[in-house]
Amino acid sequence: MKTVTTQAVPNKSSVGSGTAGGSISASFSKFRELGLLAFIVILSIGVQIRNHSFLTLENLNDIATNTAILSILAVGMMLVIITRGIDLSIGATLALSGMSAAQMVSHYPGLHPLAAIAIGVGIGLACGMLLGVLVAWVNILPIIATLGMMNVFRGMTYQVSGGKWVSAHQMPESFKQIATGSMFGVNNLIVIALLIYLVSYYFINYTKTGRRIYAVGSNPDSAKISGIHNEKILWLVYTIMGGLSGLAGVLWVSKYASAQGDTAVGYELSVIAACVLGGVSIAGGVGKISGIILGSVLLGILNNALPMINVSPFWQTFIQGAIIVTAVLINALVKRGIDRNNLMRRKI
Amino acid sequence: MAETDYVLELKGISKIFPGIKALDNVYFRLKRGEIHALMGENGAGKSTFIKVITGVYTPDEGEIYLNGTKVDFRNPTDAKKMGIAAIYQHVTCYPDLSVTENIFMGHEKVEKGTRRIRWKEMHEEAARLLNELGATFSPKTLMGALSVAEQQIVEIAKALSTNAKIIIMDEPTAALSKTESEELYRIAERLRDNGASIIFISHRFEDMYRLATQVTVFRDSKYIGTWNVNEISNPDLIVAMVGREISQLFPKKETTVGEEVLRVEGIGKTGYFADVSFQLRRGEILGLTGLVGAGRTEVCETIFGISQIDKGTIFFKGAKAQFKSPREAMRQGIGYLPEDRQKQGLVLQWGIGRNITLPALEQFSSKGALNHRKELDLAKRLAEKVSVKAKSVFDLASSLSGGNQQKVVFAKLLTGELDVLILDEPTKGVDVGAKSAIYEIISDLACAGYGIILVSSEMPEILGMCDRVVVMREGRVTAQLDRDGLTQEAILEAAMDDSAANTPLDRRAGA
Amino acid sequence: MEPRTIANEKPFSLKGYFLQWEWLLVVLLLAIFVMNANLSEYFLDYNNLRDATMGFLDKAFIVLPMVFIIMMGEIDISVASIVALTSVIMADLYSRGMPMEFAVVICLVVGAVCGWINGMLIVKFKELSSVIVTLSTMIIYRGIAYILLEDQAVGKFPSWFKFMGWGYVGTIPFILVAFVIFAAGFGFLLHKTAFGRRVYSIGNNATASHYSGVDVDRIKVWVFTLAGLMSAVTALFLTSRMGSTRPNIANGYELEVIAMVVLGGISTSGGKGRMIGAILAIFLIGFLRYGLGLVNVTAQTLLIILGLLLIFSVAIPQLKRRKGAARRL
Repeated sequence: MKTVTTQAVPNKSSVGSGTAGGSISASFSKFRELGLLAFIVILSIGVQIRNHSFLTLENLNDIATNTAILSILAVGMMLVIITRGIDLSIGATLALSGMSAAQMVSHYPGLHPLAAIAIGVGIGLACGMLLGVLVAWVNILPIIATLGMMNVFRGMTYQVSGGKWVSAHQMPESFKQIATGSMFGVNNLIVIALLIYLVSYYFINYTKTGRRIYAVGSNPDSAKISGIHNEKILWLVYTIMGGLSGLAGVLWVSKYASAQGDTAVGYELSVIAACVLGGVSIAGGVGKISGIILGSVLLGILNNALPMINVSPFWQTFIQGAIIVTAVLINALVKRGIDRNNLMRRKI
Repeated sequence: MAETDYVLELKGISKIFPGIKALDNVYFRLKRGEIHALMGENGAGKSTFIKVITGVYTPDEGEIYLNGTKVDFRNPTDAKKMGIAAIYQHVTCYPDLSVTENIFMGHEKVEKGTRRIRWKEMHEEAARLLNELGATFSPKTLMGALSVAEQQIVEIAKALSTNAKIIIMDEPTAALSKTESEELYRIAERLRDNGASIIFISHRFEDMYRLATQVTVFRDSKYIGTWNVNEISNPDLIVAMVGREISQLFPKKETTVGEEVLRVEGIGKTGYFADVSFQLRRGEILGLTGLVGAGRTEVCETIFGISQIDKGTIFFKGAKAQFKSPREAMRQGIGYLPEDRQKQGLVLQWGIGRNITLPALEQFSSKGALNHRKELDLAKRLAEKVSVKAKSVFDLASSLSGGNQQKVVFAKLLTGELDVLILDEPTKGVDVGAKSAIYEIISDLACAGYGIILVSSEMPEILGMCDRVVVMREGRVTAQLDRDGLTQEAILEAAMDDSAANTPLDRRAGA
Repeated sequence: MEPRTIANEKPFSLKGYFLQWEWLLVVLLLAIFVMNANLSEYFLDYNNLRDATMGFLDKAFIVLPMVFIIMMGEIDISVASIVALTSVIMADLYSRGMPMEFAVVICLVVGAVCGWINGMLIVKFKELSSVIVTLSTMIIYRGIAYILLEDQAVGKFPSWFKFMGWGYVGTIPFILVAFVIFAAGFGFLLHKTAFGRRVYSIGNNATASHYSGVDVDRIKVWVFTLAGLMSAVTALFLTSRMGSTRPNIANGYELEVIAMVVLGGISTSGGKGRMIGAILAIFLIGFLRYGLGLVNVTAQTLLIILGLLLIFSVAIPQLKRRKGAARRL
């Protein structure tokens, strides 16, 4: 848990020169995404052979809508992991904001859907800001802070709900429309996810603040010397994560037309899995939007395909865990390979 | 005093950390367009001094003037805005980001209205800067894939990109070969000719004579003086830096050199060193020297079992040996005093007693439980033996001065029954008084029959202490010198001369 | 070298002695006792105290090795899943006709193996943190439990097994006797042996420990294995008390266990704290929960309280250190 101080700069004692290394790792990152893409294609074909209703337009649309929420959360989680953190509280944040929004619309059915979204996002932001303060300024390890707040938020969800569900008939049609409606013939969830990708792609590639997230994750000490306020950046990523969880909460409740105390329990694990699959490095500093989209899509396809090829739902937890372990270990082994390659290239 | 010749003046600067005064009433003046050498031994306060100038630390006392106006840097951004840039000794980079980003981090080029980052322009500017510095790698390369010399060039490009008027270079030549150093000198001169003022920090005399017009010396966190380079003689400068004459510093005692205790034959580790052979006898002090990054520490760490060799053989006390862990090496009789005593040598939050006994806990375990009485007695005896300045064995290691901390690490080595001691930069960051005490300890240990490998970058130390010297360059042994042939010139020649065809710069040009 | 004498006796400071975190826990524990006694006149009754203690001691067995793990600056969030997996395997084997004695042994072995796997992954893949390793195995272990038992519950254990959670030795609960023995063992291991000293040194500075001949990897693997083993012990007692098991058993235990360790004064950045603190914290949280139960606070509110307790017990020392650090920078 002390990664911050011990991360060594690669090639710190390099003797010769290794200019080719950059292009190798750059091409690896492309190779990695192509590999993931290839895996998705092969998996899809395999499932299609077993069950012909897999590659239908309807089912693909289903997969896309089901993956939308996961991939929205993955954007936030990627930013958190890039700064060497982790957020276990997002399932609870999602439930809390979803439940609050659902309570509001069930009491005030005339409420505009956008207002409901605003309520959810607002609550999510507040949760995220609080976490951000704990991690950035109070200096609590992210795992401890988010584990603690996960339970606080989850407990608050039960408090808000009074132990009851908000079910479909208590929600106005306009609220359910948020997730079921469509724009230009495309489901709203997909539109919202695409919008978030575009905005976040711009944010992390074309703004100073976005790049500084990477700087803080890549080398916190250098970041300080470069005059970056590490604390503000950390606070920001947890706040963004909270806001996205709040949004996801409203979308979730609207999509499933039900808000419960145990909504999205353990969902943070799927989100982390999507990030790790997409090549976001647990050691910080590395992660791309295109990667997490592929990671989310792969998970989405698996969730959709496993029941279709008659895999028992009781296998799902295990499969998810196995995927995370495999992805994490492959990432580590490949990174070792690259490092060894760089060492071999040094002339002595 | 609005008009002044001095672009930068520091008056009476002090900086106190818990337990140590890192800077004590220090003065410094930098003229416009000059290269000013700042010299002093390791731990003299140079690094803290730079961090004060660049705003990373706020001084506890004293004033800073820029072009005659008093300034107050609260953070690195303030200093950067005023045109101050530093090239740090340990390259401070973002290994996961591109060269361009490393250069522009903190002062990216953005569109006026939208604040959008102008990547194209930054890449072009980075390419131009790199080109100007004679580098041929692409600005889109990942920083982590570059060699140290290349990363240093990026650091310089970073300083240039801020249009800095005051550039601080912290030991930039420590890891560079002769050709690379020459290249760096030329860059520094070009910067000066373009109107920049440079503070050049080094403890190498060649650097100073080649570049600087003025030299300021720090010693033990204090300001010693400023001279014109051509007005101070070499011996005087050494006295200023070291505090006494060299001959008084090294109490090298004559020892009887015994039988061979350690021999390495053609050992190598991919990417770090290759084909290294030498032998060590009892009672002998073997110097191992070379530039930073020449592979000295890596060789020692493989002998000590921190990492493994993948070629060659190590013979210890006549038998083949390859230790899987430091624990195994220590049990067999090899001790290692690591280079970074704060990170590798000591548990700073612990008392000195516990630190000393950590390697030897088995000795006072009976039926599983530790015998504290026995432990404290041993700690006391060893701490007194190396004369640590402390009140009790419960004094925290973090509360000691650098020299006393190092003595505690020596005491740790004395807990075991060892035959070979590997001492990696044992006097780094140690004040003069403690230094001579440490040399005395080393000398005594050699007399007591230990075989000692002394890894050092300090020329006087190597010349003053060693019976034989192995010089390394770029992972290979380039010379083995006996006491008769031991001269500064011979060592430098072997450590730095890369006039042979195979220079890193040539390779870079060809890549 | 001039001779110099260095003392090797520690001067006793009364103020320092009472300024320890553990005394704060004692005061808090007393406050909770007073509160509970006010809420219920039966609280201080011997039988009542005894039965209350039996109710929360099951997870206390994991707290003991978790002290070592957090002391080393690592974390293990897979413990609750190991409890579930070992409990499910034991029950499953028993229901398939294996004698309970064998099933118990296999439960313990599986627990140790799960912990050993955690430890090996952590030391063989140093680029991964224990957070991500145990997060992954947490999902996998729980996943296997689901595969084995799906959504069934298995019960009807022999009476001697029931004794573990419900029986008495004289008038003292068996679970308390077992806990006292284990606690004494772990306390001895941490404070009196070379092993414990090395755990402290790893927590303070793993690199320096390695250079000083401490076999950091081996110790880490041992400690994680112990955590797996003790999770299996918890599985025994918990299953015994519940009378049956299902794959979602012990959900959320990792939070409670970590909260107890941290509240006990073991620093999450490693190297600081004592076993007695964690033991006090077990009783503190246990009796707090009991007292809140008396005033009908729901399980959900307890979640909030536990979460906040965890945050506060980490935040307070951090803020204190921050105040110290602020002066430096």
